[in-house]
Amino acid sequence: MGTPDSLGMTPLGRKTAETGINFTSTTRFSRGLTFIRTHTLFGQSPARRIIPQTSLLQENADPQKIAFLLRKQWTLYSVTPMYKFSYGNLKEYSRLLSAFVAAEKQKGLAVEVGNDLGIKVTLSALLGLKGTDQDQAAILVQIASRSQLPVENAEDRVVWSGWFCCVSGDDFLENVPEDFTCLSLFLANGAESYTTIVGTWFQKTFDCCFSRLTISPLNLAWMAAMWTGCEVDSHMAATELVFSVPCLPQTLDISYAIHPEDAKALWDTVQKTPGEVTQEEVNLFMDCLYSHFHRHFKIHLSATRLVKVSTSIASAHCDGTIKILHSKHLIGVLMLLTELAISQIQ
Amino acid sequence: MKQRGNAKNPKQALHVRPSSQTDLSAWQIGERKSGPKTVDLKSTQKPEKEKQQSVSEQAGNNTEDYLEQALTYFERAKDHIPLRKNEVLQKHLATVETIALQRGLSPEGLDVLLNVALSGRLADTVNSRILKCLIPASIIAESSVVSAVSWLCVGNCSCSTQLLFLRWLIAMFDFIDHKEKLHALYGFFFCSLQDEKLCPYICHLLYLLTRKENVKPFRVRRLIDLQAKMGMQPHLQALLSLYKLLCPELVSITLPAKAKSYFKNSERLWKAAINTVRRRNQATSLTSQQLILDIGHPQSRKRKWNTQLILPACTMDTNKITRSKAIIHADILSHSESFPVEELQTFSQLLKNIHRLEFPSQMGSVLRNSLLLHYMNCVKDESIYLRLYYWMGQTLQEECTWYKIDNQQYEEEFKDFLDIVYKTECFLQEGFSSCEEFLYKSLPLWDGFCCRSQILRLVSWIPLSSFSEMKPRLCEPLAQLFFTSSLYFKCSVLESLKDLLQNWLNWHVMQLDIESDPKISPLNTTLSGLVNSVAELIHFVGWISTVALRLENNVTFLLYFILDFYETVCDVYLKYNLPLLVMPPPGVFYPALLSMDSVNLNQLCYIMYRYRTNLVAAKENELIKKTILQFKFSSQTYQEYNQYIMAMVGCLWTSSAFQKDIHPQGIRLDPEVLKKTRVQEVRNSFNIVHHPALMGYAILFLQQAWPEDKTLNFSLIKGRRWNWYLEYLYTQGLQGLKLFIESSINRVSQASQTKSDNVQIKV
Repeated sequence: MGTPDSLGMTPLGRKTAETGINFTSTTRFSRGLTFIRTHTLFGQSPARRIIPQTSLLQENADPQKIAFLLRKQWTLYSVTPMYKFSYGNLKEYSRLLSAFVAAEKQKGLAVEVGNDLGIKVTLSALLGLKGTDQDQAAILVQIASRSQLPVENAEDRVVWSGWFCCVSGDDFLENVPEDFTCLSLFLANGAESYTTIVGTWFQKTFDCCFSRLTISPLNLAWMAAMWTGCEVDSHMAATELVFSVPCLPQTLDISYAIHPEDAKALWDTVQKTPGEVTQEEVNLFMDCLYSHFHRHFKIHLSATRLVKVSTSIASAHCDGTIKILHSKHLIGVLMLLTELAISQIQ
Repeated sequence: MKQRGNAKNPKQALHVRPSSQTDLSAWQIGERKSGPKTVDLKSTQKPEKEKQQSVSEQAGNNTEDYLEQALTYFERAKDHIPLRKNEVLQKHLATVETIALQRGLSPEGLDVLLNVALSGRLADTVNSRILKCLIPASIIAESSVVSAVSWLCVGNCSCSTQLLFLRWLIAMFDFIDHKEKLHALYGFFFCSLQDEKLCPYICHLLYLLTRKENVKPFRVRRLIDLQAKMGMQPHLQALLSLYKLLCPELVSITLPAKAKSYFKNSERLWKAAINTVRRRNQATSLTSQQLILDIGHPQSRKRKWNTQLILPACTMDTNKITRSKAIIHADILSHSESFPVEELQTFSQLLKNIHRLEFPSQMGSVLRNSLLLHYMNCVKDESIYLRLYYWMGQTLQEECTWYKIDNQQYEEEFKDFLDIVYKTECFLQEGFSSCEEFLYKSLPLWDGFCCRSQILRLVSWIPLSSFSEMKPRLCEPLAQLFFTSSLYFKCSVLESLKDLLQNWLNWHVMQLDIESDPKISPLNTTLSGLVNSVAELIHFVGWISTVALRLENNVTFLLYFILDFYETVCDVYLKYNLPLLVMPPPGVFYPALLSMDSVNLNQLCYIMYRYRTNLVAAKENELIKKTILQFKFSSQTYQEYNQYIMAMVGCLWTSSAFQKDIHPQGIRLDPEVLKKTRVQEVRNSFNIVHHPALMGYAILFLQQAWPEDKTLNFSLIKGRRWNWYLEYLYTQGLQGLKLFIESSINRVSQASQTKSDNVQIKV
């Protein structure tokens, strides 16, 4: 946790200011890299975040594809910038990746490129998933398996999908040269063996690194607060927090469900400036919930570990999985996740 | 043996020594400074090292000898040798096993052992033990394999040995240097299919060997017959599907499309040993270009697919293939084909192809390739550094053993990785910023124990930046660990901070060279920044040294490391051309002056001599150049020096330490107080005869000069004998003392030494 007053406020609260003597000519000693010296300390999160006002998707979004992203459990990864990735070559990449997946799947057997392999990989652009205009277009990767039986309605069955995106990663993008494509957040759904193959291919081809993106309890608390405060017009699911009690022979999970309207009412009393959330507000919100729980059950939740948060907007688990439920808040959720992914790779 | 010897030579030219804090400035200083003391210190250590080396070499030779003996034994074994009660056989077998599993065997050794194992001269258990330890150190000669196969035809060896041999052959397939003759045996292997037990392994082997021309109608028929006889066996299916893939017109039957695994895993028996040998060979030849064992395709031995500790293999940028399609017209202009990095083996190749070389698809692979590191040094492309930066940053963060509990079991691998990073930094003579950031992130969580030497060595390559930024990130966590850890840890920290200082200073010297180029703007703000940072670092070390000396009761060992640091500090002006001199704090100076050990005292004398030389040079420069210098030493520095020198001369020479010391934290004492101590001849007690660090020499001197006198009368050392004594001390290796006395003590006349005075530098 950083000291609040030491951090400047940028759209995502990232600290960028450099202090001290200007070492203009140190470039050779740490060659070429002076421009990425932003030094966020490990595990530090900004003291305040802004809730995006224009959380709507851009007009060119394909509703079908967006719907495909919702209500699925996605495993989160952070990805370092990809070198020499080109949006113009998506078709070619699809072909190469298909061959690679087929080869990996049938390890030990010879594979003829171009032959029918029973597997088809498609890379396509996901339009409309942008926070700002600087953001690079999101990419959807799908692996479909052809049904073996020659049936008439032989439609390809999607067995695995994953997508890359970067929503409002401006601060980071500014510092990265042209040859690199920043799609820092990767979300995968499907068998892990496919994630492995696709990830390996991207790592080899674009010299990038994939790392699992786990979510700290602190950030889960942020999510709980930020998502509670969001307006939802239609059906509202209960706000549920899951805590894990360590140090027992078997770990004990405590599920704490709150009526969404109650949670919202509480949040409204906590939040001072609309459209903006601060660390103190998040702490206060959680403390209120803890003391309420303590009054009834005599258990100090602050001594346990928050492992899961689910609201009508989305649900997130500390292992690094997320399920987004509401298209209206898709961009907002992705923005926060992008920020976490970027802080992991910086 | 011979091979190993040969392999070493090309390495040496490029090899980066582990302790390679290459002293870039050495060539510059050579002319100005004679530095007899350092030379002296180092030379005493040298023979020790050489001795150790020769001992270890001898040990290596011994094991080699044993192996040779064992191999000759097996080679000469003619008749059937029983296993029981045969100690000679047992001994040789054990030798072969241990060496093979540790280092692997040479092609010749493999040849001998394969022959004996399959000849049927030994008992089955011995055969299987031999086969299980046949780990190649480099390659397997094809001829050995062919002659081994010929033993199968003789039929001397049992079925189980044959089976084990086939499994071995499959596991080692990639290590066989050529495969043409082996391909010629295709028909022979195919005939062996009828053996029911061998069939799965023969299928696997054929699967590895099959080419299109091997697919013949009679073979297809035979396979289908076998399948009819034995049922749908996955190994037969595999071979059939390969036949079908190669010649679809010959295989008309439909085969199920999917099978989980076609073949049993044959590698399992040897996998661990292969990995050990590979890792060992990799470690000993980091920069070697010879691919000892195939490092191109590291087997995944880890739990995660995206683990980055396995350095990526050096392969051509495949992405380039797709890209070049789009920009084909650009290639026409340059009309030069790029040179594949896999083929880059020698330095001359690098020179010839440097214009058409491209970096591998994954930059992480350059760490193992010294040629590419050379190339990297010549290329001014930001993106290659950025690619390396991202990769290294992620790897360090993801694999760090102390912020992910799952990683704890992989400490050895993480250590190896940190070592490689450090060696690369030494090779490039620059620190990686990803490493710096990693240190800043991880030091506050570090226990000071895990990967200690690796982490501390990386500290020495932290790039120079403003100290205000470094202080909370580096100094504070480091100081906390420093104060609470062992003496050994304290010394290690001091050593790495000394290396850090030297790296910064070297960088500065290089920078001066670059900036002497008139095209680049002259240094202005940078120098003050540099001076500030270096000064802050020195002050920081002074502070922790003072505290550490108090905590550890001024122990000699620690003092040695502290004074070693100041040996660099005292020469900053002359050796590194940086206008800065910082005197050691009194908390370091006085413990060294009053030290019980002559090594420390000698070091201190040398340091004070170098301070003097630097200060005098600075003073002269100031006087010569009438122009106002941007930087000059403050009068305070001179004053501090003078105070110290008075204390020192008072102590060692004029026996007036307790009167003349004017330093506020010095050892000046009231005569009244001194009287109360009831020590006789208090005044003399720290002069070069009575000083606790030198008294041993005085005793030896007395014993040699007056062997008959047993009373140890120190007062005899005066007048002419005082000079003899001095000469005696100098011959004992106290060169620092010599330099100090000759430079800083102005002796009025050689006849009457009683009157002598120290030389102060006038401000």
